[in-house]
Amino acid sequence: MAILEIEDLRTYFYTRAGVVRAVDGVSFSLSQGETMGIVGESGSGKSVTCYSILGLIPRPPGKIVSGVARFDGIDLLSCSNRQLRAIRGKRISMIFQDPMTSLNPYMRISDQLVEPLVVHEGMSRSGALTRAVESLEELGIQDASSRIDFYPHQFSGGMRQRIMIAMALISRPEILIADEPTTALDVTVQAQILELIKQRQRELGTAVIFITHDLGVIASFCKYVKVMYAGRIVESAPTDELFARPMHPYSASLQQSIPALHQKGQPLYTIPGMPPDLTLEIEGCPFAPRCGQATAICREQRVALKEITSGHGTACIRFQRSELESLDGVLPQPSTFAVQKSRGHPERDSA
Amino acid sequence: MSAFLVTRDLKTYFPIYQGAIFRKQIGAVKAVDGIDLQLRKGEILGLVGESGCGKSTLARTIMQLIPNTEGTVLLEGRDLSNLPKNSVRAERVNFQMIFQDPYASLNPRMTVFDALGEAIQTRRKLPKRMLLEKVALLMHTVGLPANQMRRYPHEFSGGQRQRIAIARALAPEPKLIIADEPVSALDVSIQSQILNLIANLRQRMELTMIFISHDISVVKYISDRIAVMYLGRLVEIGRANDVVERPMHPYTRALVSAVPVPDPERERRRQRILLQGDPPSPMDPPPGCPFHPRCPFAIAACKVSRPELEEKEHGRFAACIRIGEI
Repeated sequence: MAILEIEDLRTYFYTRAGVVRAVDGVSFSLSQGETMGIVGESGSGKSVTCYSILGLIPRPPGKIVSGVARFDGIDLLSCSNRQLRAIRGKRISMIFQDPMTSLNPYMRISDQLVEPLVVHEGMSRSGALTRAVESLEELGIQDASSRIDFYPHQFSGGMRQRIMIAMALISRPEILIADEPTTALDVTVQAQILELIKQRQRELGTAVIFITHDLGVIASFCKYVKVMYAGRIVESAPTDELFARPMHPYSASLQQSIPALHQKGQPLYTIPGMPPDLTLEIEGCPFAPRCGQATAICREQRVALKEITSGHGTACIRFQRSELESLDGVLPQPSTFAVQKSRGHPERDSA
Repeated sequence: MSAFLVTRDLKTYFPIYQGAIFRKQIGAVKAVDGIDLQLRKGEILGLVGESGCGKSTLARTIMQLIPNTEGTVLLEGRDLSNLPKNSVRAERVNFQMIFQDPYASLNPRMTVFDALGEAIQTRRKLPKRMLLEKVALLMHTVGLPANQMRRYPHEFSGGQRQRIAIARALAPEPKLIIADEPVSALDVSIQSQILNLIANLRQRMELTMIFISHDISVVKYISDRIAVMYLGRLVEIGRANDVVERPMHPYTRALVSAVPVPDPERERRRQRILLQGDPPSPMDPPPGCPFHPRCPFAIAACKVSRPELEEKEHGRFAACIRIGEI
């Protein structure tokens, strides 16, 4: 059952350099209790999509140009501030990459944890404090009752992230949006945090949207995944399917670039060129200039995501027309080092 | 093996003082606590470890950017660690560093030509025409068009800046390059370009390198051998494939286990080792084996004495008294 439905979301930023089309037609739905991953590189629009849903886009220069975000009968993109505040932090929560920017450095942890309970649930401060200590203990923080009065800087990065998760889950939200929550953490701490989120999610039945650039984390954590590029979803699939049978050259290229899947001495696959300039109107597929499978039609027509097999959709026009059936052996051979020029962008050179 | 770079019992301690007017040393942060390393010429040694383990401090100590407290650093038999200040500068042409943040490591007020030209001339002064040629050649080597040499760093992307940083490191024709997390700040598709570049250069120029990263799959891919650091000491060292595929030390095993595999089926099937707690701070190291508080295999003896790095198999060293039992 879908609890969140996003339709044709477009968020643009009006800057002096031009109009940045950060999110340019994103649609998806999230079911109850589902773990959905959004994967993409910097500038793909994955974070802006989620910030838009929660009304966290600064306006100006940002503007939600179109779209609907349906949650429990309300359109989050056009509801009143009062309605949004009642949902944000209580029914839909978010955790961020850098715990130092989402935890107020001037407030004790106790105050920060107690705040959502007092505000959203009308609890008394002492009742809220008890609950806060419990939630920290559930997340494996030792001596919670004495350390709860510390300031954020007195905790390590991993601890702060756990505190942020405690804050986000304390009101038992229906949806948790996690924006690269482990990217800044050591890998052993990342493993702990992911286990923790999984466990709490199982206990609370929360749906999770997990934003990351790390395909390993997607494989480990998410049941469904959306791949974003240049502000659009280019492929949407169950995770197993995405890895087994990618249906978009970009998704396949991303997987091919991962060192973990290569033998030493075997040159890594590299995607030539650079992501497109989002201030320019892109004709056709945004990935075409860098795509080994692109043909004329790709540069002319832009198509929406279309389901090819059950639950597996792609925005690649050639797949939609059955001109491509699989990407095995079709990707160009791993490139040996060479200067690559991206097609269609004569001014740009490969990174 | 003829050792190109050797460190012997290298230690870098940072004193902790108390008091504002009369300062008293009350302790020390033992960032690097007795490291013995040997690098062959043309070898890439990967150095992995988590925050606070001392890998960056080790790199900077080898480069003499931070003076070592004890021990020696020998480059081609020459002792770098006990040189008078002026001589260190002269030696610096022989070793160069590539830093993590491509946005912070290039001087924003110098063009590519300025930066590379300056680096080239640390080895020898050149007339302008020759300098232009050399800079162009360097840029071509790292895959940047030479006609962009008059541009400033802010006009390039992160990946391109990292290429400039690599070119700058190569400019004085150094014998040793230390790369401190050179690809961590880059997207995965750019990362693979830079890794290919490094692998290619290493082959063509017979570079000797220390490649520091927290990303074990990147390190496995690029390195010949891997050294694992924990709280200022080496806990394991061996051939890259061995260390990652058949880790010996419990910490290495946990580290490898923590890395999510981009293959959902393998992810589901594999056994995981989850450590308790956070990586320790070098200000307050535990007694005995530094890893014992988090080690799933710790026994009473582990709290007593610090295990030394010992050869357990040919070419493989680990610092744990329980290897073979666990």
